Amino acid sequence: MSTTVSQLDKIKTGPWSGGRSPFEAEYGKIMMWFFLLSDAFTFSALLIYYGAQRFTQLTWPDPDVVFQSVPGFADHGYPLVFVGIMTFILIVSSVTMVLAVEAGHRGAKNEVVKWMIWTIIGGLTFLGCQALEWTHLFHEGYGWGHFPESYKGTDAVGALQFSNLFFTITGFHGFHVFSGVILNIIILAMTMSNVFEKRGTYIMVEKVGLYWHFVDLVWVFVFTFFYLV
Amino acid sequence: MATEHTQEHGHADHAGMTKKRIWQVFFYLLGITALEFFIALVLMPMGMNHGLGNFIYVVLTLLKAYYIIAYFMHLKFEKTAFVTSLTVGLIFIVYFIVLLLTEGSYLHVHMN
Repeated sequence: MSTTVSQLDKIKTGPWSGGRSPFEAEYGKIMMWFFLLSDAFTFSALLIYYGAQRFTQLTWPDPDVVFQSVPGFADHGYPLVFVGIMTFILIVSSVTMVLAVEAGHRGAKNEVVKWMIWTIIGGLTFLGCQALEWTHLFHEGYGWGHFPESYKGTDAVGALQFSNLFFTITGFHGFHVFSGVILNIIILAMTMSNVFEKRGTYIMVEKVGLYWHFVDLVWVFVFTFFYLV
Repeated sequence: MATEHTQEHGHADHAGMTKKRIWQVFFYLLGITALEFFIALVLMPMGMNHGLGNFIYVVLTLLKAYYIIAYFMHLKFEKTAFVTSLTVGLIFIVYFIVLLLTEGSYLHVHMN
């Protein structure tokens, strides 16, 4: 009996015994992760529906034919080149973001500012490229509910689905990039006005960084399923 | 296991990602993307099997996703319980893929 009492008296120090975060992560960061998980479900739903449609239709527009222009350089004949540039821009901006997070861990304010500026430039360049690509496709006759008249008969069904899903999904992704750029600008302004310096932690850079990497992650999937497959 | 090894060290070097490591992952991602372009622009026109090509694309995409999540998003260095609580839900995505592909193949036969 006495042994049992002494065991009860002993203070538990396990990760789940209370008094500290079992995940050893800051609250806001955990919430950002769960938000991203929910966002992952949204994007998967869109992409899986796209996959199912492509699987169902008898024909589907050939990506090498649809995406073969480099706006401002050539109207056709260069499949995948422009989207390759866009992918490269987004990967680079992901790297500059992670460099900003790394600088934040060291509390190096000036480096955080430098890498955040590069990340914002990367994001804006990506959005610019997407605007060019959309404009080009609109001119070719694609759009919500529209597709070029060259698609006829059963081809038209697939082309309509492709058109709608392409603009919806890349549009939704572009919207994420846009809000990511806004968040990055806010964080840049806060860094420059010494908010994090005073707080003593640059964890906000890390949280926004998570969001930015997620945007890159979604693009990896969009790129594969729209442009490659 | 390699994962558990990292878990132990994870918090000691919380910065986990040194500049060298970041650029290393960048070149992995760039290399994988270059490989995808090589398949799309060189191997496919040479008559590579489309089913095989698509399979390789998906594998490479998942590999890229792994690098981004594990290193850039730092998940490899978080607590195992946290990683589990985030990844278990992904089962529903797998299930959804199975469901809609079944549905898609049914419609492919019956609607067209």
